[in-house]
Amino acid sequence: MLFKLKINGNVLDVEAEPQTPLLWVLRDDLDLTGTKFGCGISSCGACTVHLNGTPVRSCSIPIESAIDSEITTIEGIQGKVANAVQQAWREKNVVQCGYCQSGQIMSAVGLLKNNPSPNNQEIDGAMSGNVCRCATYFRIRDAIKLASQKLEA
Amino acid sequence: MEKNISRRRFLKNSAATSVSLIIGLNSKGILATNKTNTVINPFVRMDQEGFVTVIAKHFENGQGISTGLATLLAEEMDADWEKVKVEFAPANAEQYKHTFWGYQATGNSESIANSFMQYRAAGAMAKDLMIRAASKKWGVKTDEIDVQNGIMRVGTKKGSFGEFVTDAVNLTPSKNPKLKTPDQFKLIGNQDLSRKDNEAKTDGSAIYGMDVKVPGMVYASVVRSPRFGGTLKSFDVSKAKRVPGFIEAKVFPDKRGVIVYAKNTWSAFQTKKALLTKWDFSNAESRSTSDMVSDCQKLAENPEFEPRPFKTDDDKQPVKDLNHLEAEFFFPFLAHSPMEPLNCIIEPTKNGVRFYDGCQNPSGVQWASSYILGLQPQQIEVKTIYAGGSFGRRNSPAVKDLYQAEAAIAFALLGKKTPVKLVWDREDDIRGGYYRPMAFHKTKIGLDAKGKILRWDHRIATKSISKGTDFEKFLVHNGVDHFSVEGCVDTLYQLPNMSVGLSDFKSSIPVLWWRGVGHTHTAYAMESLLDMVAQRTGKDPIELRLDLLNSNDLKQQRMAHVLKISRRRSGWKKGNKRGFAAHYSYKTFVAVVADVSATGKQVHIDKLHITVDCGVPVNPDVIRAQMEGGAGYGLGALLRNEITFAKGQVEQSNFDTYLPLRISDMPEIDVEIVMSNETPSGVGEPSVPPTGPAVANAIFAVTGKRILELPMTQSGFQFV
Repeated sequence: MLFKLKINGNVLDVEAEPQTPLLWVLRDDLDLTGTKFGCGISSCGACTVHLNGTPVRSCSIPIESAIDSEITTIEGIQGKVANAVQQAWREKNVVQCGYCQSGQIMSAVGLLKNNPSPNNQEIDGAMSGNVCRCATYFRIRDAIKLASQKLEA
Repeated sequence: MEKNISRRRFLKNSAATSVSLIIGLNSKGILATNKTNTVINPFVRMDQEGFVTVIAKHFENGQGISTGLATLLAEEMDADWEKVKVEFAPANAEQYKHTFWGYQATGNSESIANSFMQYRAAGAMAKDLMIRAASKKWGVKTDEIDVQNGIMRVGTKKGSFGEFVTDAVNLTPSKNPKLKTPDQFKLIGNQDLSRKDNEAKTDGSAIYGMDVKVPGMVYASVVRSPRFGGTLKSFDVSKAKRVPGFIEAKVFPDKRGVIVYAKNTWSAFQTKKALLTKWDFSNAESRSTSDMVSDCQKLAENPEFEPRPFKTDDDKQPVKDLNHLEAEFFFPFLAHSPMEPLNCIIEPTKNGVRFYDGCQNPSGVQWASSYILGLQPQQIEVKTIYAGGSFGRRNSPAVKDLYQAEAAIAFALLGKKTPVKLVWDREDDIRGGYYRPMAFHKTKIGLDAKGKILRWDHRIATKSISKGTDFEKFLVHNGVDHFSVEGCVDTLYQLPNMSVGLSDFKSSIPVLWWRGVGHTHTAYAMESLLDMVAQRTGKDPIELRLDLLNSNDLKQQRMAHVLKISRRRSGWKKGNKRGFAAHYSYKTFVAVVADVSATGKQVHIDKLHITVDCGVPVNPDVIRAQMEGGAGYGLGALLRNEITFAKGQVEQSNFDTYLPLRISDMPEIDVEIVMSNETPSGVGEPSVPPTGPAVANAIFAVTGKRILELPMTQSGFQFV
């Protein structure tokens, strides 16, 4: 079936089976490979994208249910919050293998857009769906706090 | 629609700029450009814009080696850090071998140790060339030229490296350029260097194997026997054929499973689910975990091998009047589960094949696939790209067991003309074997009336990682696989009357190096036992350990120093309700103080204080990151992870049953790096082994419960 998707501000045509998860359309059909496959069951968050500004797991969203939404991937995030988060990630040298970090950043941007100064508990709550096997969590927490400071400044 | 954007972007990122210079000599003794293949020291390339590209012989799986190698080279070169880029070396063992091993691969936490002099020398050679080129052009003596941040200066004359690249091509490089003394270091030991992979890994542009697409590529995935050692009897593809995108299904020649081919990843995964298979389990593992544990208990009664015997025959007789302390420890099988499920791409080239892979062992990939495809190893090209974690999973002591060998078989079965991307899903990862082996320890310690340790009887039953592999003849001595007993048999503590016995647990469950390898269980047992001795005798756990270290031995002295720094930095006091553990592995000394709080059986790990001596600290912030990450990786396994079997079948399947550490589990971490001028040593693995026992000892201090069986949730604790 042919679907029209609104991704990163563009309308793109995709030919796919209706049940195909959004993740695989992004990766295999549209070459937006910054969004990662980690588990396929919404347990790790590596596939996190924004649907109308809200972080969701693209591995578990069939393409047919994403057609009316604004989809944003790591390649398309921009603005004050996204810049602050990416900058904080770099200043804190958060990344190790880096494979989960697109998803981590998408969740962190989602958090700070709603709550510009989260406490530890709120950070853990918003980020608990994102797994990092390198266990960069300690720095993720730090980087979110730094991004929050940048936004306040 | 254009289908190869990922690949084009990848090629563009790694492409050489037009006029560039690889530092090295060709066979005629003159500098080689990148148009010749006869370079002999090919670790750096420079261009006219002043960019310095470091060629990394080690792969980057998060451990920070691309930053590390760049630091070593740029240090001696006095290059502008902002203009230093990193590229991964092609498969070419002659040029890029691990010099301790003789082939090209990454592991054993020793990339910095292995490259410390090599990459510095390459940088010094490059700087010397730049200076000589400038000296010739400017008509000044070489020692008059000052170099800083890639800019050379003498008097009012000033020029960047880029301006002298073309002149340098005509010079003969010096073979023994002078290296800096440690007091001249600006980048080595610098606290503020940013990681070289920061940008690409925060904007989605970093390319991993999973992201590579080449024209005409098909996607392959494998259906494996549900029990290890099973073989395929028959399969029915009729339902799978109805999955959109299905292409083909082929059986492995050794009947280990079925490869399905499809038009995209999702189709490949769906096809696998639709394939019906029947298996022959006559040679398969059919035990449950409880059977395996009792088998290990029996094995530990009568050790097959004695890697460390008691010193005299008399000592084999238990002394009656000793105060004995006995404990049995159990450690489960563990999956590595890197975030990026295993995958790689293989495509035909004019002269052979090319892999795109986050490749830990390029030489192994060449050996394995050349054998499978009937090619010479040098006909196998490997494009190494970022690896989404490994923790040991991407390497193997048996090259036939490398996942890239499976890709080569998938490529061969399809006719060797179609590019194939082999993709594992998470279920393959959790159920696919190559685990940290299960281990059982049976121990008995004899104390005299004053609490002095007089006897230490330590028996281990575990599956050998090396036996039956290509490396058995190098790694197994007198029947003992050192990986089974490391960290125990060679403990730094002075335990003169110690015996270590070993029995091999036999099973078709494949096992592998897992971050920290044997140390992951031996350190837990050793450091828990010392805590038990301290508790029994009323000694302070740190004092007890210091008493067992001999200050005349350099290693023991360094360990004692780490213990003392850890005690001071963490504010440790005798009798405090905290946990302590220390361990020596990968030539690095690590001590951990753990603070936990508990309400009944609900435990929270509050803080870890980690002290490390890893020789010269090349990248302090990377060292800190590895200490944090290693502790977190160890902690995840320690708290909740186990691979268990029900009648031979793995009971876990994905992150809903093999529960990963999450951000709310992560404690605060303080890392203290001991200043040292010793040779740099490992940082990727050494914080894993002592973290477990430090936390276990802290839980004992707070709750009075000694945890001898892992994961800790098996001992009735919950982690909140």
